[in-house]
Amino acid sequence: MARIGVFVCHCGENIGRTVDCSVVAKESAKLRDVVYSVDYKYMCSDPGQIMVKDAIKKHNLTGVVIASCSPLMHEKTFRRAVQETELSPFLCEMANIREQCSWVHEDKVLATKKAVDLVRLMVEKVKRNTPLEPIRIPVTKRALVIGGGIAGIQAALDIADGNQEVVMVEKSPSIGGHMAQLSETFPTLDCSQCILTPKMVSANSHKNIKLYTYTEVESVTGYIGNFDVTLRKKARYVDDSICSGCGICQEKCPQKKISSEFNTGLGKRPAIYIPFPQAVPNIPVIDKERCTYFKNGKCKACEKFCDRNAIKFDQTDEFINIKVGAIVVATGYEMYNIGKNNKNGIKGYGEYGCGEDPDIIDSLQFERLLSASGPTFGEVKRPSDGKVPETVVFLQCVGSRDKAKGMEYCSKICCMYTAKHTMLYKHKVHHGQAFVFYLDIRAGGKNYDEFVRRAIEEDGAIYLRGRVSKIYREGDKLIVKGADTLSGSQVEIAADLVVLATAITAQPDIVPLAQKLGVGYDKYHFLSEAHPKLKPVETNSAGIFLAGACQAPKDIPESVAQASAAAAKVLGLCSATELEREPYVAKVYESTCAGCGFCIEACPYKAIDNKAIVNRQGKLIKNVAYINQGLCQGCGTCLSVCRSKSIDLAGFTDEQIFSEINSLFV
Amino acid sequence: MSQHKETIKHDFEPNIVAFVCNWCTYTGADLAGTSRLKYEPNVRIIRLPCTGRIDYNLLLKAFESGADGVLVSGCHPNDCHYNLGNFHARRRFTVFRQLLDFVGIDIRRIQFAWVSAAEGAKWAQLVTQVTNEVRELGPFTNYKRISELSFPYKELEPEPLEEVTA
Repeated sequence: MARIGVFVCHCGENIGRTVDCSVVAKESAKLRDVVYSVDYKYMCSDPGQIMVKDAIKKHNLTGVVIASCSPLMHEKTFRRAVQETELSPFLCEMANIREQCSWVHEDKVLATKKAVDLVRLMVEKVKRNTPLEPIRIPVTKRALVIGGGIAGIQAALDIADGNQEVVMVEKSPSIGGHMAQLSETFPTLDCSQCILTPKMVSANSHKNIKLYTYTEVESVTGYIGNFDVTLRKKARYVDDSICSGCGICQEKCPQKKISSEFNTGLGKRPAIYIPFPQAVPNIPVIDKERCTYFKNGKCKACEKFCDRNAIKFDQTDEFINIKVGAIVVATGYEMYNIGKNNKNGIKGYGEYGCGEDPDIIDSLQFERLLSASGPTFGEVKRPSDGKVPETVVFLQCVGSRDKAKGMEYCSKICCMYTAKHTMLYKHKVHHGQAFVFYLDIRAGGKNYDEFVRRAIEEDGAIYLRGRVSKIYREGDKLIVKGADTLSGSQVEIAADLVVLATAITAQPDIVPLAQKLGVGYDKYHFLSEAHPKLKPVETNSAGIFLAGACQAPKDIPESVAQASAAAAKVLGLCSATELEREPYVAKVYESTCAGCGFCIEACPYKAIDNKAIVNRQGKLIKNVAYINQGLCQGCGTCLSVCRSKSIDLAGFTDEQIFSEINSLFV
Repeated sequence: MSQHKETIKHDFEPNIVAFVCNWCTYTGADLAGTSRLKYEPNVRIIRLPCTGRIDYNLLLKAFESGADGVLVSGCHPNDCHYNLGNFHARRRFTVFRQLLDFVGIDIRRIQFAWVSAAEGAKWAQLVTQVTNEVRELGPFTNYKRISELSFPYKELEPEPLEEVTA
């Protein structure tokens, strides 16, 4: 005979406002097998949990239903509390009367009725719950870090310093990411490369870090503690074990006019190239698309001049299999391109010339113009004719916060870097004048607002609140037509250079990776965290963590903080030799199983196999399905293909679900 | 101050059962809550690990126990937490829905959707839309009649045979 206790939480006012909790408790008491029910202001608080524990002991409860928030929020909390009373934690279920009832409905009578229904469902379910034993699985003490930007580097270094092995994967030829492209950083104006490159070097030389550059993640299988990852090391056509990085190949390459990705198209590079002088590893890569030899079958100039014979034109992609226990995703961001042919399929900005005018550039390009290692060696010269621009107009929120372009979010860092740009520009071109068109200044952060004020007050940047409607060329000048909404007037500025603070967007190729990893993403393709406030680093896939701008636009301090947080999570995971996993796995009723094998084909994890049942003489009686509990992830796909209903899923058994449905409408 | 919205009283309030997967739609429904979006209170959510777990028997059972409409929702294609579950669900659902159509059940009563964990707004809109559609269709009586007829323990009066005239 089941003895169920129902505990209804008011969640302060959150549930109590639209659901009459005392009615829910009273109605629950009338349900069959419910021997105790109560409502309380905060069930998750210490007194609330004590209440649950006391009631279990006092009333000899065999099952508990907590009617409160989503199980994704507090199921663990309550199961832990239940466990302390020696009742199995799996005999505790939650009725979600907050996220899926009180917060989404307005009519108190109907919401209360729904809450009672949800409690009844869970009472029926919990009656049929069985005490389960958590499954223990071993942990591979190695982590994979995807992405070699500042977030990836920080996470890898922190994990490696915690004495765990790290495999770091970067898809481009060098680590460093976008931070390596920056000139100086806000709000301290310290040189970006000076703080980054030492970290890049130590990531490469750390004894616990194995670095794979020019490598992508091909496939990921497995689960927390036991991921099997295949990496595809793309052919560089340079043997990285022989190459010394002398750079003679770059000098001798006849192709010299290829636009450099690192310099955002403002500089040139040869077909065999090291992306930038401080690249890690300092090993060139051949751009197969543009190499004369690969195009015409003749040249091999680099091979001739390489005195170590490191050039290997016959190199092919290499596949590397690794086992890891945890994964940190730090794939970063891409800048929104105002051009017509946008990668993400977002419309360009026709009113800003669709990126066709060389003097309308984006912020990352301006960053390269400011950088001492950039194409102009740090002198601000405009791309069209190399003239020093005397009037520069900066436009904020290009793409960001613009519903028409499909990016309603704030890119967060543009206010700050634009202020930095105006300052750096003023420091380099003393007679120059910077104008900034902005919507709002969002300078939340330590010393951030002071920094913007400094740009305005000390370096004389003129801030105009409003949007720019059109930019067009008139001879030597770019005419910027915009509105100053504070003075209510139209503004027309003849500029030499226009810098667009374009939106931070998700990596264009993030979706296939997210799908390989089983990590969710939002409509802008930024990866989703497990909980926006309390689990900002975890994802819904256990053992996979996020760091940096792959989750949302972030500045460097935030990316570093999140990377370190992810590293702490990985180290925590690796500190255990065994992990406990929820025992929601499928099981086979061998007596009715006909051995048809449908489930074997349906199982996404290859967890099901044939098992021969033999009699004492060793004669085969029949074949049945056998489920490897270590591999089973509990999706239940096998259940629904089973014709004889010979498989059941612990935690979501047919009996449980059917009784839920049966009690839906009474 | 929040605006007081007048609730419209309908003659008929349908019972909607939603079978959702834990990873995408259940989380999406939670997001609708955290974003305080409003939708019709007619829906009762049944949480399952994956849409691949949804046996058509569950859907039939839902109708049998008094649902006027059934909604199945899971992760978008390729986004399944279990890699393939939603594809299995999609196949099974397509066939099952045609079968229901064949036996004369209005297929507007059974709907399928992809709602990701980030689509709280889509969930709210979907529930309201399904509820409104089913409300227009009215109560689902034919299934109940079929099950009443087909259950052996409920013996019905045999209908008198019509006289055959030559």
